[in-house]
Amino acid sequence: MGVTKEQVESSLTSNLKPLHLEVTDISGGCGASFSVEIVSEQFEGKRLLERHRLVNAALQEEMKQIHALSIKIAMTPEQWKQQQESAETKSEA
Amino acid sequence: FRCFASVLTPQLKSTLDTVVNSHKVVLFMKGTKDFPQCGFSNTVVQILRSFNVPFETIDILENELLRQGLKEYSSWPTFPQLYIEGEFFGGCDITVEAYKSGELQELLEKAMCT
Repeated sequence: MGVTKEQVESSLTSNLKPLHLEVTDISGGCGASFSVEIVSEQFEGKRLLERHRLVNAALQEEMKQIHALSIKIAMTPEQWKQQQESAETKSEA
Repeated sequence: FRCFASVLTPQLKSTLDTVVNSHKVVLFMKGTKDFPQCGFSNTVVQILRSFNVPFETIDILENELLRQGLKEYSSWPTFPQLYIEGEFFGGCDITVEAYKSGELQELLEKAMCT
């Protein structure tokens, strides 16, 4: 039993059709813990709380066994693009 | 769509309504504000402390029924859970983001003035 990173990735992929997805296993020995970076069109026009609710809902089954879930990034494709561009400008400078 | 029995009875719901409205800032967490039992809960306690606002904490590790009922009450699967003026604000990640953006300060200032 237990939840794998692959399961988390597959549930998020099928529910939220992300443009970018990064799931990291951050369990430090105290059970399944993951951090998530996700970019999806479905976040368009939604506040952060509603975006996180969508992620939680997509992982409804897994959440029963997940000890901690940290949603680091929940952006729209537009916000993601802007962030990538500003990061590039910084590294060039 | 839920395959488990609901623990959020009308009585528990009305108790929770009372609790979240009893103080302007209420944090349901693992442990207490003086002895947080989890890093995520501790993070939110430290953020609230930095604003110097009064806040009430409730230890969900002490009461399993409360813990399960709250998850339904707020439709949020994890702890900590922060309530401001009777309304669910978010968990740890949302609180950290709102702290960084200044949104939390604005909201707390507004709450303290009403």
